[in-house]
Amino acid sequence: MNVNQHTPMAPPYGQPQPGYGQPGYGQPNYAPLDGGYPAPYAPHNGPASAYHPGIPQQGYSSFTSFPSKAMAANPISDPCSPLDLGPARGPPTSGPPPVQAAPQYNQHSSGDIQNGPPPVTQAPPRPPASMQYNQGGVNMSAQQPSFPQHYGPPPTMHQVTNQMTGMHISSGPPTPAGPGYAPPPSSQPPTSSHYGGTPQPSYSQSHPPASSAPSQPPPSSAPAVSQQYYPSSAPPSQQPFNSLPPTSQQRFVSPVQPQQTFPPSSSSSYSGPAPPPTHTSSAPVTQPQQPFLPPQPPFSSAPSGQPPAFTAGPPPPTQGSFPLQAPPPSSQPGSFPPPGPPPSSVASGQYPSSMPPPPQQQPPQSQPPPFHPGPPPPQSQMPPTSIGQSNHQPPGPQGPPSPTGPLQQPPLQQGMPTGYPPQHNGAFGQVRSPQPGYGGPYPGQPNYGAPAPAPQAQKRLDPDAIPSPIQVIEDDKAKTNEPFTTGVRGQAPPLVTTNFQVKDQGNASPRFVRCTAYNMPCTADMAKQSQVPLAAVIKPLATLPPDETPPYVVDHGEGGPIRCNRCKAYMCPYMQFIEGGRRFQCSFCSCVTEVPPHYFQHLDHTGKRVDCYDRPELSLGSYEFLATVDYCKNNKIPQPPAFIFLIDVSYNAVKSGLVSIICQELKSLLDHLPRENPEIDSVIRVGFVTYNKVLHFYNVKASLAQPQMLVVSDVSDMFVPLLDGFLVNVNESRQVIESLLDQIPEMFADTRETETVFGPVIQAGLEALKAADCAGKLFVFHTSLPIAEAPGKLKNREDKKLIGTDKEKSLFQPQAGFYNNLAKECVTQGCCVDLFLFPNQYVDVATLGVVPVSTGGSIYKYTYFQAQSDQERFLNDLRRDIQKPVGFDAVMRVRTSTGIRATDFYGSFFMNNTTDVELAGLDCDKAITVEFKHDDKLSEETGALMQCAVLYTSCSGQRRLRIHNMAVNCCSQLADLYRNCETDTIINFLSKYAFRGVLNNPTKAVRDTLVNQCAQILACYRKNCASPSSAGQLILPECMKLLPVYLNCVLKSDVLLPGADVSLDDRAYLRQLISCMDVAETHVFFYPRLLPLVKLESGALPVAVRDSEERLSKGGVYLLETGLHLFLWVGASVQQELLLNIFGTPSFGQIDSSMTSLPVLENPFSQRLREIIESFRAQRSRYMKLVVVKQEDRAELMFKHFLVEDKSASGGASYVDFLCHMHKEIRQLLS
Amino acid sequence: MSTYQEFIQQNEDRDGVRFSWNLWPSSRLEATRLVVPVSCLFTPLKERPDLPPVQYEPVLCSRANCKAVLNPLCQVDFRAKVWACNFCFQRNPFPPSYAGISEVNQPAELMPQFSTIEYIVQRGPQTPLIFLYVVDTCLEEEDLQALKGSLQMSLSLLPPNALVGLITFGRMVQVHELSCEGIAKSYVFRGTKDLTSKQIQEMLGLMKPAATGPQGRPVAPQDAVASCRFLQPVHRVDMNLTDLLGELQRDPWPVPQGKRPLRSTGVALSVAVGLLEGTFPNTGARVMLFVGGPPTQGPGMVVGDELKTPIRSWHDIQKDNARHLKKATKFYEALANRSAANGHCIDIYACALDQTGLLEMKCLSNLTGGHIVMGDSFNTSLFTQTFQGVFSKDFNGDFRMAFGGVLEIKTSRELKVCGAIGPCVSLNSKAPCVSENEMGIGGTNQWKMCSLTPSSTLGIYLEVVNQHNAPIPQGGRGAIQFVTQYQHSNTQKRIRVTTITRNWADAQSQIQHIESSFDQEAAAVLMARLGVFRAESEEGPDVLRWLDRQLIRLCQKFGQYNKEDPTSFRLSESLSLYPQFMFHLRRSPFLQVFNNSPDESSYYRHHFTRQDLTQSLIMIQPILYSYSFHGPPEPVLLDSSSILPDRILLMDTFFQLVIYHGETIAQWQKAGYQEMPEYQNFKQLLKAPQDDANDILETRFPMPRYINTEHGGSQARFLLSKVNPSQTHNNLYAWGQESGAPILTDDVSLQVFMDHLKKLAVSSSA
Repeated sequence: MNVNQHTPMAPPYGQPQPGYGQPGYGQPNYAPLDGGYPAPYAPHNGPASAYHPGIPQQGYSSFTSFPSKAMAANPISDPCSPLDLGPARGPPTSGPPPVQAAPQYNQHSSGDIQNGPPPVTQAPPRPPASMQYNQGGVNMSAQQPSFPQHYGPPPTMHQVTNQMTGMHISSGPPTPAGPGYAPPPSSQPPTSSHYGGTPQPSYSQSHPPASSAPSQPPPSSAPAVSQQYYPSSAPPSQQPFNSLPPTSQQRFVSPVQPQQTFPPSSSSSYSGPAPPPTHTSSAPVTQPQQPFLPPQPPFSSAPSGQPPAFTAGPPPPTQGSFPLQAPPPSSQPGSFPPPGPPPSSVASGQYPSSMPPPPQQQPPQSQPPPFHPGPPPPQSQMPPTSIGQSNHQPPGPQGPPSPTGPLQQPPLQQGMPTGYPPQHNGAFGQVRSPQPGYGGPYPGQPNYGAPAPAPQAQKRLDPDAIPSPIQVIEDDKAKTNEPFTTGVRGQAPPLVTTNFQVKDQGNASPRFVRCTAYNMPCTADMAKQSQVPLAAVIKPLATLPPDETPPYVVDHGEGGPIRCNRCKAYMCPYMQFIEGGRRFQCSFCSCVTEVPPHYFQHLDHTGKRVDCYDRPELSLGSYEFLATVDYCKNNKIPQPPAFIFLIDVSYNAVKSGLVSIICQELKSLLDHLPRENPEIDSVIRVGFVTYNKVLHFYNVKASLAQPQMLVVSDVSDMFVPLLDGFLVNVNESRQVIESLLDQIPEMFADTRETETVFGPVIQAGLEALKAADCAGKLFVFHTSLPIAEAPGKLKNREDKKLIGTDKEKSLFQPQAGFYNNLAKECVTQGCCVDLFLFPNQYVDVATLGVVPVSTGGSIYKYTYFQAQSDQERFLNDLRRDIQKPVGFDAVMRVRTSTGIRATDFYGSFFMNNTTDVELAGLDCDKAITVEFKHDDKLSEETGALMQCAVLYTSCSGQRRLRIHNMAVNCCSQLADLYRNCETDTIINFLSKYAFRGVLNNPTKAVRDTLVNQCAQILACYRKNCASPSSAGQLILPECMKLLPVYLNCVLKSDVLLPGADVSLDDRAYLRQLISCMDVAETHVFFYPRLLPLVKLESGALPVAVRDSEERLSKGGVYLLETGLHLFLWVGASVQQELLLNIFGTPSFGQIDSSMTSLPVLENPFSQRLREIIESFRAQRSRYMKLVVVKQEDRAELMFKHFLVEDKSASGGASYVDFLCHMHKEIRQLLS
Repeated sequence: MSTYQEFIQQNEDRDGVRFSWNLWPSSRLEATRLVVPVSCLFTPLKERPDLPPVQYEPVLCSRANCKAVLNPLCQVDFRAKVWACNFCFQRNPFPPSYAGISEVNQPAELMPQFSTIEYIVQRGPQTPLIFLYVVDTCLEEEDLQALKGSLQMSLSLLPPNALVGLITFGRMVQVHELSCEGIAKSYVFRGTKDLTSKQIQEMLGLMKPAATGPQGRPVAPQDAVASCRFLQPVHRVDMNLTDLLGELQRDPWPVPQGKRPLRSTGVALSVAVGLLEGTFPNTGARVMLFVGGPPTQGPGMVVGDELKTPIRSWHDIQKDNARHLKKATKFYEALANRSAANGHCIDIYACALDQTGLLEMKCLSNLTGGHIVMGDSFNTSLFTQTFQGVFSKDFNGDFRMAFGGVLEIKTSRELKVCGAIGPCVSLNSKAPCVSENEMGIGGTNQWKMCSLTPSSTLGIYLEVVNQHNAPIPQGGRGAIQFVTQYQHSNTQKRIRVTTITRNWADAQSQIQHIESSFDQEAAAVLMARLGVFRAESEEGPDVLRWLDRQLIRLCQKFGQYNKEDPTSFRLSESLSLYPQFMFHLRRSPFLQVFNNSPDESSYYRHHFTRQDLTQSLIMIQPILYSYSFHGPPEPVLLDSSSILPDRILLMDTFFQLVIYHGETIAQWQKAGYQEMPEYQNFKQLLKAPQDDANDILETRFPMPRYINTEHGGSQARFLLSKVNPSQTHNNLYAWGQESGAPILTDDVSLQVFMDHLKKLAVSSSA
């Protein structure tokens, strides 16, 4: 499975990618994996071995890192190869930018594995990323550098693929396989070049050391060696590879890069050896270019060069130990085995021990038989696999890295169980013979090597060898140093996990708009072929960090905002002024509109208006217009909005202490109603209602001495009993309100009423707003299923037997149409409903949530609410919910340039027609996902434009229009598409799509659809963008290499795959919750952040670890956050010191797992930890209650639920298994 | 024939009864020929300061379908200690407590002077009186303040243990909970929705959980907790309620230009009735509705809220143009019947310049014995004093109101009961004495009067059923017993029994006697009640025609004349005033709707059918007094000839008190003579009618409209429309000597009327 991912992103990723690239090398592993996957790993192993030979050698030879990857790959068996992808990237990236990065990476990679030591320092950082990839990484690292370079270049894709292939090859390289692979890659020449670089060889060589060596550190030391090896090996390999071409090339290239990255020497050596010239040249070039440009050149050059590289690659195998190994499969095994997924492991093991050879041979034979042919044929085989990988890799600069990563990781794991490549690397690094060590770890390989231990191998697919989210995240962080400027069209922003500053230069900030693809296919056919969803996640009122300017407010005077005559698009930077500025042409519909006299301005020589930079609407991506009365409902300036609090005072609510808590809190909260100018009191009016089976309205008119209660028992036909005095200004009526809030808990203290109504409650609020003729928000605090006789009365329909059947969908649908109609009315009035639920049993969230969801409101759920433990969470949520900026009575319209159209919308809103998204309320946390479809062709020159206009009433009652403009590129090559995707956004879209799907389809069908779509996306890539490689390789686009892991998380989510203990309410709740999440929230929701709490330094967070139980150390303490939950996991054998620092108690047994906040201790660790927790909470829109989980404790089950890479209790596949499955799917599609 | 007049007077004073005939024709045929039916005006609770109630249970006839009360007419065998019922002739033993009875030791009920006697009985729990205020808040600020003042004042007038409740309404209906402390709490109903009693009780939380009604009996009214929330003893919530009333705001819902405020009178009443129904069925309760305008929404809506659509007039009604009339009437009738069934009465205090929908709502009071008061504003003494009048007390310090009255009539077998007209509802009791011939509310011998005052008077119509061929022996007497059970305002249960007897007379041989026993005042009122009763359901002209016909037939029967010679026509003294009453009745607002709004007609008729004979006669033929320097005040003819320049006239129509200054008097007054010491007599002359008027104002309920006008004043119309237009623009030429004021009308004068009557009476073809 070469998870070669293209690093389309090359440029940015480029460097980091290198790191990946290294992992990419792992790809080789993938390649093997491919084999492995299908037939599990075993087969892969075989193949791998086969590949290994070829690839490994190459890879290794060329890249020390590769070797490692290769190693990984090989050893792991091809399966690992997926990871190989990483390698692919490695190469390219490594090339140019990589130089630095690459070098580092390489080092790291190497370091990861072997180099670790020296580079360790450097390596560590990168290592992390590469680390995991470790083996690959290590190797990768070397490669990565090259990848980056490659990536840098546009061809990244190819490069990647190439690299990938290379990677594979690399895996192959270890032994002949490498070469063999290379050939196939040949198509991918570049990769082959990488292969050529066959860092592997070098790695392999270095491997042993290489493993460490791969990591740059070793590089230096090892590098040299590797280089040497490479050279030596390279040449040979190249030659052989040459034949192999692509993959090998890529790899070579990467190797080359690595080389470059590596000490120049290495590069030189590589260049020299590998691509021999071309590669070297390219590589070097790339390196220099490191940035992005390099990549391209590299590629270009690479291709040609690559072959050589490959050839060189092969040699590599031969190189060092490989040679020996190589000859037989050994070469592969040796260097590659490691990379090779299972095989790799085997290989690695072998390698070190010499085992490689045998295994390789053996594996190949056994598994690879097909491959075997490969060995000799391996190459041929390899190609495919490698190609797959390499292909990806090419793009791989990014892709490769990861792939490699995986691969590398596997090795690491083997070598270093833990995911942390860095450390391992370090360790490895020290141990130059890590490979051997790997070999050990890779036991699998041996098996593979031997008979057809394939199965085992499969099972053994090393988690470290597969793309790691953590690495991707860390790499992205590392490469984001400068503010992100939005001026360049089609530029993908940093990941949501990265802190970065945004400078608005004409397109909306990614904080407002994120797209799944920044390079849209020009035609519908392409889009359909790729299956990549084209969507944007828009968060119109997102809050910006303090250092970014909020959108300017523009006033165009009485005439209102200036708009296109035909499509009504608002004035924006895309409008073309013509005829000396007297008219402008709409870039959305091409219509020419007169410029009103008061707006006229002369144009300068470039055709720009002279005042362009004085006007936000002509120079910025996001800004606001003041709306005129024409934009108001009924052509009346809106009244200031109102907040109405509707509090359940039935027995349950009173008994749990809820009522008193709410009343107490409201007293202070009312001073913090949203306002635009902090100096001025909020103009928002408030009203209060309590209810059980009947409703109690309160007259809190300022002139009254005491509040008055008005009971409405006629719930069947709701109305508002009073007008004057219900909605009041807080300051004027403060006395009365406080008196009321004091008395409410007393009044109902003895209530015995347990029945509640719900529909009438919302109706009441709605009617009140209607009567006051204003928009507003209802805060409903509700406890139980509304069974009292009234409209919207519900039945308990929780029936777990339906789960898994075709009727399951009905559980997500509201049981009464009443609420849909009510929601419609609410939206018409601009009545937004926020629902706070405190259920002790089934309350039918699916139905109760209809109105909140349709009105842009939020649902908060506190199951089994207990004042003591849940108060804090609830109150913080409430505070935030009340205080957060919000707009009312909003209508959102997305306009697009001709050729594309917004067709579907996901989120909390209501739609009356197909274009207008109506939101009764829109707060700063709500995101709307918009899907686009082609209705015509797009042009590459003009790209695709979209303008999102949100007309809303601000909290001060001002009518405004917020405009977000976004332009993306268009491409006629699928490769460009795959290079400019954002996986997080895609996942956001897919999850919303799926979660809506469960309303109408059996859950299983939804899951299958998701898997299919994902497989198609990847298969399309494989088919059209990746260089040809063996079908056994999993090749992933760099940008999407995390797609499988994330998708798996979506599939495993409670909504789609409920565990036995997950209630229907929870599922419905999550379903609705996610529908309005933005990308950052879905990201952490699906792939929780897991921080090891070892050393806490101020200013920086510890590097997260992957969500797998394997990553948890018994002696550690971990913090896990999902955006909804916050766990503190304490290992059973945790150090006393840590306990003292955190809990103030020396004994594990004395930790009170019911605590919801950590004790305040006067030590830096405790302080920092609490700071971190606070900062986490501050980041999320909902307050996360801290749950302390002790290892082996009962509560750990819940915690483990969030270790999403593991098999879930409800039957969700582990990441590794899912990756295999995905690969199978892809292969099916390809065949 | 002073004897008869004295007899009549005596009977009225003692028994509160006035018969049209004081000798009864002994056969059905003869009775029919008398034209005016044997009937009486009966005032069940006529104040009898001289009649102390007895503290024991009445003795009843043991026959199941008789149950007549022992009375002075019964034959008593003191030795056997048995008595014979004079209605069914059943012989009954005296109860043990009467063991000591003897000729010299007779219980009061056997003494002739106690033909009316009142028993205090101990039956059922004594429940306090209930007063439920239902207050319209869609009033002008000034009106509302005045009303609030009146209501607050009334709290001090209520018996301390009485329960009070408050419902306010405008666009919404609010039932105020009076028991709570701190936050003032009220239940709100939307004003547009008709709710069943059950729904209302559920919504008010008055329904006990299902478990409590095991026997399916109505929810126990004693659910103290629930009911007390809305109905609290005055002494306990006095302060609370005073504050609550003080804080009452005008209905806050905006009233757009050109619209009437939305007033949910129907739902408010429905809630009030439902509330009482659920909590205190069959106890004395008074729903007091204060409205300042017509119901404009929901059930019982009388007119839409568009000001451009005026409220229905008689014209609209005649043209069948009153959209909401039937529906609203039906709604209020249903409510009234429910309320009556539970023994709760409904008062309507309507103060507005325009109509308030009394036409539709009148049944609420008519059927339950409630008051209707109509005024222009709550901020007038008319309202405030009338309202206080509701709480007036008698010589014993008890309120002049009684609740839950049930009147049962027993007759000797020659008589049957045709019906009753007055503030009552039928109880549908089919006793043998019930006639098939219905007059008024018939078909029963029991009627319920949810609320009674000492002046509440029913017209009772009887029928002689004795056949012509079965003559009653000379000296035979017929008897009628009125048994009135009621809840006294001091919460005692009482039974008042009045037993009347009259002699039978053979109409053929004793026609003279019968004629002389004719009580023309009572007959006029009784006939008028029949007419008014018919007018409720028939076209005005038909009723007039019927009345005319009755009059003509009467005159034919008793007049002395030569056929076809009108000039020979004479009527005996006992009938001499009757035609004149009929003349004025024909012109009265009870039968004429011209110049009256439907509301006014309803109002007038309401009072006409419940006042006693004296008041009723005033209504039919207003009294006119003349004040002059020529002598003491004297009653003068209600005739335009009485309007002289140097007189001050005081006219009492019951509803209005008009002081009219003749032309000269008015000039003098303008000249200010009354201020001059030498014209003190003039001052006194001016003052005399005012003093007399004040006397009337103080005693009359409802307080009449007081009008002070003068010759040529616009308000003089009240006088001019009442007097007999003996002088009009048509006979101006005849005017000369005695003067008087010509009335510009085409109405016929009494003279013309009489001439016509004579002509018809003597005509053989009539």
